[in-house]
Amino acid sequence: MKLISKLLVVSALIFGMVTQPANAANDRFMDVMQKGKIVIGVKADYKPWGFRNESGEIVGMEVDMAKDVADTLGVELELVAVQSSNRMQFLEQGKIDMMIATMSDREDRRKIVGIPQPNYYTSGTNVLAPKAIGMKDWEELRDKPVCGKQGAFYNQIVEERYGAKVVAFTGNAESKQALRDKKCVAWVYDDSSIMADLASGEWDDFEMPLKTEDDNPWALAVPIEEVDGVFGRFMSGMIYNWHQSGKLIEWEKKWGIQPTQYLMDQKARYSDWLAE
Amino acid sequence: MQFIADYFRQLAEDHPRWNFIFLYDPTEIERVLTGIKVTLILSVACVILSLIIGVVGAWLQGSQLKWLRNGVQGYIQFFRNTPPVVQLLFFYFALGQFTPTYSPDGWLQYPVINNIGWAIISLSFFAGAFNVEIFRAGIEAVPESTREAAESLGYNRLQSYMHITLPLAFRVSLPALNNNLVNLVKTTTQAIVIAVPELLYQAVTIWNNYPSAQYPAMLLLFVFYIGLVGILVFGMHKWERKMAVPGYGA
Repeated sequence: MKLISKLLVVSALIFGMVTQPANAANDRFMDVMQKGKIVIGVKADYKPWGFRNESGEIVGMEVDMAKDVADTLGVELELVAVQSSNRMQFLEQGKIDMMIATMSDREDRRKIVGIPQPNYYTSGTNVLAPKAIGMKDWEELRDKPVCGKQGAFYNQIVEERYGAKVVAFTGNAESKQALRDKKCVAWVYDDSSIMADLASGEWDDFEMPLKTEDDNPWALAVPIEEVDGVFGRFMSGMIYNWHQSGKLIEWEKKWGIQPTQYLMDQKARYSDWLAE
Repeated sequence: MQFIADYFRQLAEDHPRWNFIFLYDPTEIERVLTGIKVTLILSVACVILSLIIGVVGAWLQGSQLKWLRNGVQGYIQFFRNTPPVVQLLFFYFALGQFTPTYSPDGWLQYPVINNIGWAIISLSFFAGAFNVEIFRAGIEAVPESTREAAESLGYNRLQSYMHITLPLAFRVSLPALNNNLVNLVKTTTQAIVIAVPELLYQAVTIWNNYPSAQYPAMLLLFVFYIGLVGILVFGMHKWERKMAVPGYGA
């Protein structure tokens, strides 16, 4: 036991874990305001939330949200492309000031990054499968190879609940290629992203045949020390306002995302009781 | 065993970044064991195959036939000068298209060589290219007079290679070979790009499922590879000592 504790201390030192300033509740926020620049992590490979357009700029629904944050603060915006498997680490290490990166709001993630309420979007799990198979039920995935992407939390759920054999690639391009190469019976991913793929016209022989499961709200994140400070409270206000003003529904339409009941419900929930 | 599980469960409660989940959760234990198994299969298969490629390649390099020598040289240049990740992706996705497949259900096309197979092939060829050069250096260190002596005793080319040159060359090559094999074992982690479920793949999966387990999973990787490479190096050193010929080589 002693050895293990020692080992832990050493490794904690290696990973720079032990330095945690005591009163850091507003440090990052103040820093952003002083520098006049906010660095926001967004996806660059996740159409239409964050992706690169023809000229290489990162655009998308979450990028619009990031722009609105910077405009409201009156600071300059710098976008940093993050991935599912490194987004929380980037935030922890201070490479980005906050993150709007299609992240599902999970209990264990709240222990690592600061997640201000309310949530801004939701998506569930579904699969992209060839029409040729005519899949009807999640149970049909049992013991079959299913392509996925490293970093998605539902890989585990599909494995445990339906006994699918998830083959997880490091990127979406590889896992989709594997599906086209018939190395797996389906590609498990967010339903909203699959819908965007189907709408793109490049997947005409494929369908999204199953009932969406595990609807999970999305969350943006600030440094965990600041979630109860100015930064977290400010972002809560931003999200509340996006819901109430219908901004999110507007952006959804702008980026060609199928309208979700969730956003309409939220708009109704936060509606101003005096407004007409 | 129970108290170890309890200890780490408590540790995860007290320190949210130090969740050694793969020491107490049966699913995650299974993941790590699978990962270790696949890594060992990859390592052993690639070490053996790359050694065979090295020995055969070095022999062909001394061939009388010019096109054979050029062929070996081309092979070395191709595999030594391109990144192993690119080779893995190319073998699996591009060459995988041309291999025969069988279909159990009408849609799936299982290639006869699966991703583990392609990883073994491509990593063996990668390390084999270095091994050819390492053995060549060893062969060139065998004095001409020794080979002539074998020839005068009536050995033909293959016999003198197998019984005289190679055993001596092997002894000279061992330190360099040692280095290359250590590198090979570590390079097996790159098979993650074609979703080979080796230990790095499993570790990444664990820390994606449980962000709290990230540092422990990294620690596991360090400890495992230090151990695995340690065993390899220990074995190679022992072999080196056992094969030492007094007054010859290192």
